[in-house]
Amino acid sequence: MPFELPKLPYEYDALVPVISKQTLEFHHDKHHAAYVNNLNNLTKGTEFEEMEIIDIILKAKGGIFNNAAQVWNHTFYFDQFGKNKIEKLRGELLIAINSSFGSFDEFKEKFSNAAKTLFGSGWTWLVKKPNGSLDIVQSTNAENPLTEGLIPILTCDVWEHAYYLDYQNKRPDYISGFWTIIDWEVISLRY
Amino acid sequence: MAFELPQLSYDYNALEPNIDARTMEIHHTKHHAGYTNNLNNAIKDTELDNLSIEDILKNISKQSVAVRNNGGGFYNHKLFWEIMSPNGGGEPNGDLLNAINKDFGSFSVFKELFNKAAATRFGSGWAWLVNQGGKLVVTSTPNQDNPLMDLAEVKGAPILGLDVWEHAYYLKYQNKRPEYIDAFWNVVDWDQVAKSFV
Repeated sequence: MPFELPKLPYEYDALVPVISKQTLEFHHDKHHAAYVNNLNNLTKGTEFEEMEIIDIILKAKGGIFNNAAQVWNHTFYFDQFGKNKIEKLRGELLIAINSSFGSFDEFKEKFSNAAKTLFGSGWTWLVKKPNGSLDIVQSTNAENPLTEGLIPILTCDVWEHAYYLDYQNKRPDYISGFWTIIDWEVISLRY
Repeated sequence: MAFELPQLSYDYNALEPNIDARTMEIHHTKHHAGYTNNLNNAIKDTELDNLSIEDILKNISKQSVAVRNNGGGFYNHKLFWEIMSPNGGGEPNGDLLNAINKDFGSFSVFKELFNKAAATRFGSGWAWLVNQGGKLVVTSTPNQDNPLMDLAEVKGAPILGLDVWEHAYYLKYQNKRPEYIDAFWNVVDWDQVAKSFV
């Protein structure tokens, strides 16, 4: 069974004005789709062909890793947006954020700073460590915290293709907007 | 002595339709200017303050990440603007063409190798034609690294460079990096490249 491109869980214009329809169309229909196609081509006839994507990420290297991780990263990224629902951020996740970072605002500042300062292409992640506490990590290109034994909770794609049509060199503006489209119900369930 | 953002020797719209004016302007006045400012801030009041950019890059493994990223970004973009021209395109001639034929077999084989290096560089980076004391090689580097850096896998003097960060082509080509690479050949200033091949 070949890997399939998941549909977006909302319309292409659902995240306007933070992320334009055009950006989402390219990001999902071209970039995400290309990673899925590449993964299918590269894994055909190999031991990876029938594996779960997470297992490929944990075992593969080189092109197969890059494409598998980018398939997973983009699905994870697109799934976390929608109606903001900040009121859904409560309970265990909020307690963990407060105890790991001091407050939600301090978490936001630290995460934003990590996303702004990541040099080149990559991702910024909120992750859950094995002891249940939270941390913020940056990853280069396709890299994914799963390979470090960390559980991803939230991610920000800072490849330029994620924001260049809308913000050009102004990555900080994209990151400010990012906070207003997160569906905290999805994020809370991940924790 | 602070580094200065170099002026372009042509207008922002001069490379149209291969590279659009808006991309050129943002690339030069925002990205390249950003690297230049950040480099100056990173070397201010250090022993690097009086060195040439080449001398800074050749011992980059001893420097901070900020000097590596911004020093590379300053140098790479400067070279990139210089090797392009509205009167570019075509093929090299003279000693440079002879060297390309000797080291790659033909100009078209070289182009194919360079295209592949540029197209397959995953994430952000650069493709290069490098002079290793008379021998030419094609390579690519991640982010703003370059072959002058002591930590580069393939070292030498870059004589041709292509920026494959998405900011270099996304406004016009979006995900179609190979089309941008094809268009690049129409604006390569081979006379300029030949000058640095000594």
